[in-house]
Amino acid sequence: MEILVCVRRVPDTSENEIELNPAGNDIERDELVYSINESDNYAVEEALQIVSRVGGKVTVVTVGGDDDEEILRREMAMGASHGVLISDDAFSGSDGRGIATILKAFAQKGQYDLILTGVQADDGAAQVGGMLAAMLDYPFASLVNSIEVLEGRKLKISREIEGGNKEMNEIDLPCVLSIQTGINEPRYVGMRGIRQIASVPIPTFSASDLGVDPAAVGQAATKVKRVDYFVPAVGRGAEMLHGSREEIVDKVLELVAAKGGLK
Amino acid sequence: MPRIFAYIVHKDGVVDDSATELAFAARKIDPSASPVAILTGWGAGLDAACDTLRSSFTEAWKVASEPLVYPNAELVRKALVKVLPPGSILLVSHDHFGIDLAPGLSIKMNSAFVSDVLDITGVEGPQLNVVRQEFGGQVSAHVRCDISSGAVVTIRPGAFKAPAGASAGGSVVDKSSDVGVLSAKRRYLETLVPEVGDVDITKHNVLVSIGRGIQEEDNVALAQELADELGAAVSCSRPVVDAKWMEKSRQVGSSGKTVKPKVYLACGISGAFQHLAGIKGNPFIVAINKNPKAPIFQVADIGIVDDLLEFLPQLTNRVREMRCVAAK
Repeated sequence: MEILVCVRRVPDTSENEIELNPAGNDIERDELVYSINESDNYAVEEALQIVSRVGGKVTVVTVGGDDDEEILRREMAMGASHGVLISDDAFSGSDGRGIATILKAFAQKGQYDLILTGVQADDGAAQVGGMLAAMLDYPFASLVNSIEVLEGRKLKISREIEGGNKEMNEIDLPCVLSIQTGINEPRYVGMRGIRQIASVPIPTFSASDLGVDPAAVGQAATKVKRVDYFVPAVGRGAEMLHGSREEIVDKVLELVAAKGGLK
Repeated sequence: MPRIFAYIVHKDGVVDDSATELAFAARKIDPSASPVAILTGWGAGLDAACDTLRSSFTEAWKVASEPLVYPNAELVRKALVKVLPPGSILLVSHDHFGIDLAPGLSIKMNSAFVSDVLDITGVEGPQLNVVRQEFGGQVSAHVRCDISSGAVVTIRPGAFKAPAGASAGGSVVDKSSDVGVLSAKRRYLETLVPEVGDVDITKHNVLVSIGRGIQEEDNVALAQELADELGAAVSCSRPVVDAKWMEKSRQVGSSGKTVKPKVYLACGISGAFQHLAGIKGNPFIVAINKNPKAPIFQVADIGIVDDLLEFLPQLTNRVREMRCVAAK
């Protein structure tokens, strides 16, 4: 099975305190730790596990710039056969629809049976996979947390729905799936593995390579534009406890006891 | 101003709580709007759901077709493309169904898409102004959406609390004949309910709940020791289940359990809205997190910025001491 996994490099929100820049038009990025988007990493692992069961190859693709090569190399060190960077000044500032348009053009240059994305990235929009599927006229399923390959170019998948329930579906190939975290246990990638991949050239595709009309993507084509970032005025907010740890512990227990939280 | 529609989720004849939230969101886009509810389905359940909506919408469009008996997003999308007038604004709840339906629908409608909207600040000409969150809820963004060719907008559950209002006295319009034959390349099979775990976190008054901040599987014991002293249970947020450190049955959130404790100790939990959606009954929330920007501090009663792995054992010891003193 030929599998394409669309990935993105994002600031790791679990490791970073996000601050706004003075102009409020972006976050302060200088000190941020970046990594592959968490659910994208699960998607790559899932692709690798499928290929190890039924054969085939995994290609990892991202739309971005030179800095984004590091995550392609990381996923290649996990076992992906190919890493591809799609990069062009014309792509800068694309919204979700723009990114899906670019990925569609790339997907159509190959013969992919299955296209995976992570369920959502740092903007929390959860949009590119569903848009890409609609553009390709492929079936789509979101929040996928298990995949079984069936006979006759079909998959049996489960989706994570409310209350921990699983919605079981059969879906025809080719299709697009957005992968939920927890679907598998992504393998560890050591520095040694990444070093071995360090000198492998990463092919780069531009707008003209893909036949993408620059007017259909990028900042000018967006239907959805972010005006600014802001930190919302906190309504009630927590009463922050200060002092020594001993004092804080006593205060917490006093309050918890008052709420009926101590036996 | 384009017409505003709200796609209403229902099950067994009961309309989802999001229906009134979508009606309220529609009025925030246009206070003079009479938003139209759209429901898809089949049989008596659909009729009952349509009937219920008369109280919150002036008009409900019923789309009945046997393949729509289960809300398969691909079939619902095909039905909506046929029924919705071009250029409409469609509101959908940002839940597992909305995530499945909405992005692809926006492509097929050739309209703008903006998701997980927390607030709507108004319309200026062809622009709809909304508020979203990014970076795990650490910052918000003002976003401008071009609605000149319509829009699909998903609304964060719980973000639009409608004031109780008078009945809208709506009517039901049958649009089923617009839909025609429906078929899909994805077919619903069944819904699997998870096995009940060893501990039922929904039955406990006090929960020691752990998130990504617990860092390692071995550290789960620190939370268990505190829970044992407090007579509490240990619950968790999604990353702990993803890492396979706890069973799915211990997860609090929209894709896990809904809990109603009196006291909730959120230990190393960032406070994603999907997690908060599982905490009901307005418990006393104590949040411990090393990141002072963590969104959990916006909803907690008491906040402590500290290293969990040092704070938890000290808290456990102090509970133990107090109980020894009490026993004497």
